[in-house]
Amino acid sequence: MKAFLILEDGTVFAGTSIGSTREVVSEIVFNTSMTGYLEVLTDPSYAGQAVVMTYPLIGNYGICREDMESERPWPDGYIVRELSRIPSNFRSEDTIQHFLEEYDIPGICGIDTRALTKILREKGTMNGMITTREYTDLAEPVSRMKAYKVEGVVKKTSCREKYVLEPEGEGNGKRVALLDLGAKRNIARSLAKRGCQVTVYPCDTTAEEILASRPDGIMLSNGPGDPKENTEIIREIRRLYESDRPIFAICLGHQLMALATGADTYKLKYGHRGGNHPVKDLETGRVYISSQNHGYAVDPESLDPSVAVPAFTNVNDGTNEGLKYTGKNIFTVQYHPEACPGPQDSSYLFDRFIKMMGGNE
Amino acid sequence: MPKNPDIKKVLVLGSGPIIIGQAAEFDYAGTQACRSLKEEGIEVVLLNSNPATIMTDKDIADRVYIEPLTVEVVEQVIRKEKPDSILPTLGGQAGLNLAMELEEAGFLKENNVRLIGTTALTIKKAEDREMFKETMEKIGEPVAPSDIVESVEDGLRIAEKIGYPVVLRPAYTLGGSGGGIAENPEKCREILENGLRLSRVGQVLVERCIAGWKEIEYEVMRDGAGNVITVCNMENLDPVGVHTGDSIVVAPSQTLGDKEYQMLRTSALNIITELGITGGCNVQYALHPESFEYCVIEVNPRVSRSSALASKATGYPIAKVAAKIALGYTLDEIKNAVTKKTYASFEPMLDYCVVKMPRLPFDKFISAKRTLGTQMKATGEVMSICTNFEGALMKAIRSLEQHVDCLQSYDFTGLTDEELRLQLSRVDDRRIWVIAEALRRGISYGEIHEITKIDLWFIDKLSILVEMEQALQKGSLTPELLREAKRIEFPDNVIARLTGLSQAEVKAMRYEHGIRAAYKMVDTCAAEFAAETPYYYSCFDGINEAESSHKKKKVLVLGSGPIRIGQGIEFDFCSVHSTWAFEKEGYETIIINNNPETVSTDFDIADKLYFEPLTAEDVESIVDVEKPDGAVVQFGGQTAIKLTEALMKMGVPILGTAAEDVDAAEDRELFDEILEKCSIPRPAGHTVFTAEEAKKAANELGYPVLVRPSYVLGGQGMQICINDHDIDEFIGIINMIAQDHPILVDKYIVGKEIEVDAVCDGQDILIPGIMEHIERTGVHSGDSISVYPAPSITPAVEAKLVDYTEKLARALHVKGMINIQFIVTGEDVYIIEVNPRSSRTVPYISKVTGIPIVPLATKVICGHTLRELGYTPGLQKKADYIAIKMPVFSFEKIRGADISLGPEMKSTGECLGIAKTFNEALYKAFEGAGIKLPKHKNMIISVRETEHENVVEIARRFQNVGYRIFATRGTARVLNDRGVKALTVRKIEQESPNILDLILGHEIDLIIDIPQQGANKSHDGFIIRRNAIETGVHVLTSLDTAGALATSLENRARELTLIDIASIDNR
Repeated sequence: MKAFLILEDGTVFAGTSIGSTREVVSEIVFNTSMTGYLEVLTDPSYAGQAVVMTYPLIGNYGICREDMESERPWPDGYIVRELSRIPSNFRSEDTIQHFLEEYDIPGICGIDTRALTKILREKGTMNGMITTREYTDLAEPVSRMKAYKVEGVVKKTSCREKYVLEPEGEGNGKRVALLDLGAKRNIARSLAKRGCQVTVYPCDTTAEEILASRPDGIMLSNGPGDPKENTEIIREIRRLYESDRPIFAICLGHQLMALATGADTYKLKYGHRGGNHPVKDLETGRVYISSQNHGYAVDPESLDPSVAVPAFTNVNDGTNEGLKYTGKNIFTVQYHPEACPGPQDSSYLFDRFIKMMGGNE
Repeated sequence: MPKNPDIKKVLVLGSGPIIIGQAAEFDYAGTQACRSLKEEGIEVVLLNSNPATIMTDKDIADRVYIEPLTVEVVEQVIRKEKPDSILPTLGGQAGLNLAMELEEAGFLKENNVRLIGTTALTIKKAEDREMFKETMEKIGEPVAPSDIVESVEDGLRIAEKIGYPVVLRPAYTLGGSGGGIAENPEKCREILENGLRLSRVGQVLVERCIAGWKEIEYEVMRDGAGNVITVCNMENLDPVGVHTGDSIVVAPSQTLGDKEYQMLRTSALNIITELGITGGCNVQYALHPESFEYCVIEVNPRVSRSSALASKATGYPIAKVAAKIALGYTLDEIKNAVTKKTYASFEPMLDYCVVKMPRLPFDKFISAKRTLGTQMKATGEVMSICTNFEGALMKAIRSLEQHVDCLQSYDFTGLTDEELRLQLSRVDDRRIWVIAEALRRGISYGEIHEITKIDLWFIDKLSILVEMEQALQKGSLTPELLREAKRIEFPDNVIARLTGLSQAEVKAMRYEHGIRAAYKMVDTCAAEFAAETPYYYSCFDGINEAESSHKKKKVLVLGSGPIRIGQGIEFDFCSVHSTWAFEKEGYETIIINNNPETVSTDFDIADKLYFEPLTAEDVESIVDVEKPDGAVVQFGGQTAIKLTEALMKMGVPILGTAAEDVDAAEDRELFDEILEKCSIPRPAGHTVFTAEEAKKAANELGYPVLVRPSYVLGGQGMQICINDHDIDEFIGIINMIAQDHPILVDKYIVGKEIEVDAVCDGQDILIPGIMEHIERTGVHSGDSISVYPAPSITPAVEAKLVDYTEKLARALHVKGMINIQFIVTGEDVYIIEVNPRSSRTVPYISKVTGIPIVPLATKVICGHTLRELGYTPGLQKKADYIAIKMPVFSFEKIRGADISLGPEMKSTGECLGIAKTFNEALYKAFEGAGIKLPKHKNMIISVRETEHENVVEIARRFQNVGYRIFATRGTARVLNDRGVKALTVRKIEQESPNILDLILGHEIDLIIDIPQQGANKSHDGFIIRRNAIETGVHVLTSLDTAGALATSLENRARELTLIDIASIDNR
């Protein structure tokens, strides 16, 4: 079936419908990863967005459910150039076509994803629509697109009830409280693999409750949407900041901690989504290739050095990639040490966190 | 970390002559690195024995030595030039081995020269099998169970322990020389004997056979601060078992999930970190197709063929960055030359699919086994880029220039299903065509996979192509079907063939429905950042990004495609120099080429690079977008010349010699008319189409005759025939490929062969020099030892040569380059061949005379006259040096290839000997070609009866320099009769010990074997020559070559005089 991707600037791409045929309006973002399409699809940070894969051949190795980063796919829509006719991998259980249908996610294939990416790069992230309807007049759909805002997505993606992930193997006796703001599974898994017991809390858990459990450390996860929208969570995070607990935060967690301590965030023109972004550790000068997925960033100009100083920066565009909190056992990063998809080069940060909690690296 | 201020003068080692396993990729890497060093104000001293390279130009390095790549010469260069550093990671295995020898001997330390780009320890850890295994074990990286052996007995014992089949890999050899898979002890013994001898350190690795696993490669980089990145990963369509150089390779990997991709990426980064490499490194993996188990196969701590491919596939200039790292920079300090916004410390993201295909030489070596294994056989490769795999594969196929354009190009319809299944199990260069036939017959994916171990994903892609063939054959061509066929890159001529339409009709339908090629940019970052690199590929499913600018005049330079025997790196040299010259003349330059190994496909050579097949349709699509003011075809070898007519039809003016005149040189009758008009004699000959006509012509002319197809390169299909039987046989071979052009039958005249390159501006002619071949006529010019200036021609002959050259250039209205080959007997001069284009000898003659021939020809093409450019026409004054070009062969890599020299070219590369005297130049040339004698001072002579008289004096000279001579009965009798002591050896069919035992006993240094002429060559001779080559014995099949070698041995120089080519004046 024919499908169309319409952008709010009036650009129309015609292609073929994949997955669900329902119409959807969403924010359109692109991801440059060449592998890891399932991890991308199941990353809760994409809630409220439709993702364009810049790599043209998608679905080659099918669906390996154990690679899912959450219990379901989150993007509103999926945009690719070509879907493989057959999946080929010893672990594959399903095809991506069927997977999208199963979760009622609309998509489009057979379009020039590079041309689309260039539009998003030049004009900035914008809203769009995937539809199987052929509009003769774009005024109405465009007005709907313009009205669209990514909202309420943290609540939507966070777990409903707290649960515990036991350490793998012996365990190191460390107990971590993970605030799920739309967390990827591999965050908790990375800690459990290192011997921590991880308690995952829903995003609306109070600081009081978390601190009452006397965790050895607190982890703030990644998550979707505009960080400033989460005023209540920010208030609770401020309380966590004021405690003496070691804290490690990733992505949205990093932004919320910055907002909670007086700094500001802003929306990037088209964000960083992919697995090739270089970040520089300002202390050592070392550069790490990182996995990234964010549309907002912390404004380093807004930082009070007595509260926090930049610890990592992006080599490409100089944006902030991490903070170190002055006089505190707190560090936060904008990128994804849990990888999945993407490079595992920063997984040492979990070791650093464990050391901070008084454990062995 | 900023640049290390102590590095001021760097010696760069090249890789020497082009051989199988070490091709143009090192010229590309070396040239890029030298430019990168010079950019930093470093003084560059370059050593390479290969004169056809761009890196040996004075524009590229400050001091250039085209001398043999031996330890002694490197030592001498270091003593003379006193560099503070040596960069050995750009010259392939040859460069690395040399550096290691110097380091181990303590020479570098004594002379205060540091190794940059790597350390000796790093090289050892990566290359020494034992240390490599230890290192991998230390960091927990799995390697296949294996052991290193230094004797055949140990090897057999270990093989027994590991279990057959085992893989055998000799240490420190190139392209997997001497390696192989052994299924049983007999085969194991055979490979071990050979491998132990070929290994520089006498070691062979015996390893668990992991054939059938996925073969994956990673190109990684590391700087001195420890920052690491991955440039690219690649997946071989062929599972482990086929050398990666002979595999069809796709980038990035297609069948790996993120878990597998990241697992191997992390492993590669751990390895480069542990080895402490500063620069680039290639890691090869075998990945179990049904688990996460993997093994590290090999690590190359240097730039390689794969790194050249990765550079071209991603736009990330590995060699350039490696050179900067060697100077001390860190990755985050080096700008990404493509985006000019980001830095070298990032990982390229592709938004397209890249396919590399090997160019195998089986069209040249008809008798050779086509089987592919762990020993590389390809002479070159092509790369293509598309938005989908099918399209990239289709483009790669037609880029090969081997009469293939789709999956029907090899016909297996004659096989029964059983035979077809058997053929599927044989891995050779036609495997994807065999799979296509299997798919047509409905053999299941599963069964094909079972037999071939090729991943189902690739089989499905081949099936998509087969289904398209069937759809096109079946119904009427709808615009939708046409659009889809073009999306997966079916060329118009194939669509026409399948649908029964004419090619013009297909094209008209395409244009009518707007189905046109669009061009996308290779930008390293999947469009995330705006890039300025004008590096393009085509697709049929996108919006065009290539903007046609028309600020200046625009010229299209057609490249020469894959490196093959007969058309090598020298044509890339010409294309690149022509491009640079056009740029200086104020032109906007556009290169079209498809060879990832070359300098011409580096993105900063021309103003725009189109990485595309060189077919008429592909070129026309570019012409439609770019609308060039002209095209130049005379520098891209036969590949470019063949496009002349098509370009004219597109309305693109041919710059330089007009198309009609190109045609006149190739068309027998037109050319004969011209010769007659100029009163230039040529060997009598006829144009024929059938064997009957050929025999009639031959008998009229009298045998021996030379038979060849017209419009070929490298003498392909050219043979000397001595009787009717030969003619039948050769015409049969020629006609295996459909001939659009007639076959030529010429009288074969024995004489001296002379070659001339000249530049003509339409009026005046400049002849840089005259070259003479050591071998008499009958040996292809590319396989002959060529001497400049011609040592043995009389002034009268010289005058005649100049006169004929001038007459011909004028008669053919040459504007630009012309190459002419002559035969001289006594005072008579005959013409054999005229090529209205640049030739194989141009780079070498440019370097030794100091005359920049290609830039000069380019300026002439642009309308300048020779006089205006400051040159006096005519034959130029002889240079102060003798320069000898020596052919280099790769026979040991091609099982079953006949090595005897003849009119068909067989050499893969060349080296130069340059000196004040003939003898020293000759000595250097032999040294450079790796003909290292003697060890045992034993030789075998076996010559045909007609040459018995001629061999006596040569044998005597070898005896005088200390050789013990063995000879077959007839030859021995003649030698002994004439006072040369020769021991008779038994023939091959006689009881042991016979001639074969002698060869296999590893006590022979040299064989002079002059086979019978004609097709009826003795089978014994063939076996002897093959066995000799495979045991590393040098075999000469021309007495003239043997005489030259004797001269060289009689005049062994103690200390060579080094000549800085860069100091030869531009006169």
